[in-house]
Amino acid sequence: MNKVFSHPKSLRNIATHYCAGCGHGIAHRLIAETVDELGIREKVIAVAPVGCAVIAYEYWDFDCSEAAHGRALAVATAIKRVRPDNIVFTYQGDGDLAAIGTNETIHAANRGENLTVIFINNAIYGMTGGQMAPTTLLKQKTATTPNGREASFHGYPLKISEMLALLAGVKYVERVSFFSPQQVIKAKQAIKQAFLNQINNTGFSLVEILSPCPTYWGKSSKESLDWIRDVMTKEFPLGRIK
Amino acid sequence: MLLGKVLAEAAMKEDKFITWLPSYGAEVRGGTAHCMVVVSDSEIGSAYVSKADALIIMNAPSLNRFKARLKKNGLLIANSSLTGDFSEKNARVSACPFSDMACALGNIKVANMIALGCFAALTGIVQPQSLREVIREIAPADKRELVTVNLAALEQGIKLM
Amino acid sequence: MKMKTKILISGNEAMAEGAIQAGCRFYAGYPITPQNELTAYMAKNMPACGGEFIQAESELAAINMVYGASAAGARAMTSSSSPGISLKQEGISYIAGALLPAVIVNIMRGGPGLGNIWPAQSDYFQATRGGGHGDYRTIVLAPSSVQEAYDFMPLAFDLADKYLMPAMILADGMLGQMMEPLVVVRRPSAPSEVEGSSVVRGRNTEDEIRTTKKWALTGCKGRPANVVKSFFMKEGALEIANLKAQKKYRAVENKEQRWEGLFLDDAKIILVAYGSMSRIAKSVVVQLRQEGKKAGLIRPVTLWPFPRKIFEQLSRKKKRPAFFVTEMSYGQMVEDVKLALECRCKVDFFGRSGGGVPTEGEIIKKVRLL
Repeated sequence: MNKVFSHPKSLRNIATHYCAGCGHGIAHRLIAETVDELGIREKVIAVAPVGCAVIAYEYWDFDCSEAAHGRALAVATAIKRVRPDNIVFTYQGDGDLAAIGTNETIHAANRGENLTVIFINNAIYGMTGGQMAPTTLLKQKTATTPNGREASFHGYPLKISEMLALLAGVKYVERVSFFSPQQVIKAKQAIKQAFLNQINNTGFSLVEILSPCPTYWGKSSKESLDWIRDVMTKEFPLGRIK
Repeated sequence: MLLGKVLAEAAMKEDKFITWLPSYGAEVRGGTAHCMVVVSDSEIGSAYVSKADALIIMNAPSLNRFKARLKKNGLLIANSSLTGDFSEKNARVSACPFSDMACALGNIKVANMIALGCFAALTGIVQPQSLREVIREIAPADKRELVTVNLAALEQGIKLM
Repeated sequence: MKMKTKILISGNEAMAEGAIQAGCRFYAGYPITPQNELTAYMAKNMPACGGEFIQAESELAAINMVYGASAAGARAMTSSSSPGISLKQEGISYIAGALLPAVIVNIMRGGPGLGNIWPAQSDYFQATRGGGHGDYRTIVLAPSSVQEAYDFMPLAFDLADKYLMPAMILADGMLGQMMEPLVVVRRPSAPSEVEGSSVVRGRNTEDEIRTTKKWALTGCKGRPANVVKSFFMKEGALEIANLKAQKKYRAVENKEQRWEGLFLDDAKIILVAYGSMSRIAKSVVVQLRQEGKKAGLIRPVTLWPFPRKIFEQLSRKKKRPAFFVTEMSYGQMVEDVKLALECRCKVDFFGRSGGGVPTEGEIIKKVRLL
């Protein structure tokens, strides 16, 4: 009998520490499946962020490096330069990639480093207790915007993917989401493309995933997915940006 | 700076102990860019020269800035084309119009080599032959024609004294 | 560079060449005076030997690139000057926590703040106490000549590789900028001076990296996945890791103390200075000897581990010598001298900072007053 479905080799068979309804587990799995399908598990080096996914290396079964908060793309740049035959990717949240690490993000992108970036945008800081992220929506309540984000006071949601798409060194940017099974399948296709680009030496590729954080959004899992579909995608439109 | 480097390289050829310390940071052309060279028969402590045995001064701002750093009755070689006439009681002054002489040789930039020749002849710290070898060696491959004029400048400086 | 036995070269360039000869194949840096010649030398010469040079977008990026390159198995380094080294402290702490080897050069300038670009030795505390957050140490080597600037690079890489920790070269703007004759020794395959070092110098092949750096991130072919990290969430795990690191630091303290002594047998007054200042102190000692005074010199070569042993030994003599410490700071290393002597000997100090360099005349005057 042909086996048509199994647990990815690149994902350890253990329970994660993520909250119910969190998007990290889905993203981890999609990456693990992609790595298996492309047959690159023995060549992959991941750079894990600081944030909820800080211990992603406990779930993936391939080589991983931790990076200081925001520095993942500096670390990944060096790994790829030293080992151009390996496949190097970063996995970063919105605070990591678009606040404390903006400088590293923009310059790695502008150098056109041949890297794959998986950017988890859940519009909030999860690990530290639900503070405002650069991508927090207007009116969204967080621990540090108790009355909701106000443009005049906190600025606007940062569209880092659109900003990065302007750079000549950037070859592929796509925004996807997890609000339905169909969307998850689309997300996986984008992730696969971003890895294929690196294998083909195309250059800097980034996939932004609108991902749920029910705990700090104060919503149920279902409500969270609906909120992505009905509210978040209005601010962050889905699709290929570059 | 180059003058000091040629002097240091020449002294190194003679197996002397040397240090060369440049001024760095916000120096401008025609300003007070300078270097400090120590040549010694024994190990050198400080590369920083607070009181110098000799000064080679190429312009007026440098004269004003550094004249107080010369030891009493030290040697002061000055480029009178740019310093003008001056008197210095506590120094052995040797002033010549290096820039004018360099123009006459066809390249104003070799004023420094005339001054260096002058310094070598007056002090005997390095042999003229060592200086000639350094000038031949340090010229970049695409600028070999500069060797001749620099050597001519050096000789003129040596003969001045 | 032309092959000659002796060349005239600046301290900054000598360090860069020394690093390349030591097998350094990754450099990332950000411009800052007075160390720019080192970065420029790397930009020019690293590609020719198959290495990587990156002008980073910041000091933070540069040190984190060094972290990544080292994690991937390369001999990696960065350089900067005082304000830039402050920025690098985050990365240095992570490198220490993740047990990675790396070399950091600090060509010290005046501080605090933007300070100025003139030579200083006021980053001693920062260098020898860890500098960043957490309980860690950094090996610190203090060259005093252009020759040592070159020679200490392979030593720094070997020590970092052996103990899996950051090693710092601590010099000042004078040593970085100064040119001196350098005897260039081609030594890519020379055996390490460091006992028990399994280092393979030069371009490390894939096999060499996989056998000598089993922890490196090379892709998990034929082995379980490797993780490079400094994060320990499980209760008690960080304490275990830290205790292990402390044990390693004690071993470094026991084995790697390095110093140079002059006239210590009969010295009644011993000058203590490191780096550029030790040359000035040496001139003072020679002059005092000529005057018939029994002066001596200790020049710490490793600032961490501080060469306590020689101080302890001298302080237990029947006739205890007095010590005179001089620095381009208002008194930092002098604290380590006092700690090593444990109040058994008199210690005096003279220092200048912010661009001032203590002169031979000033030091002799102070010593005569004792």
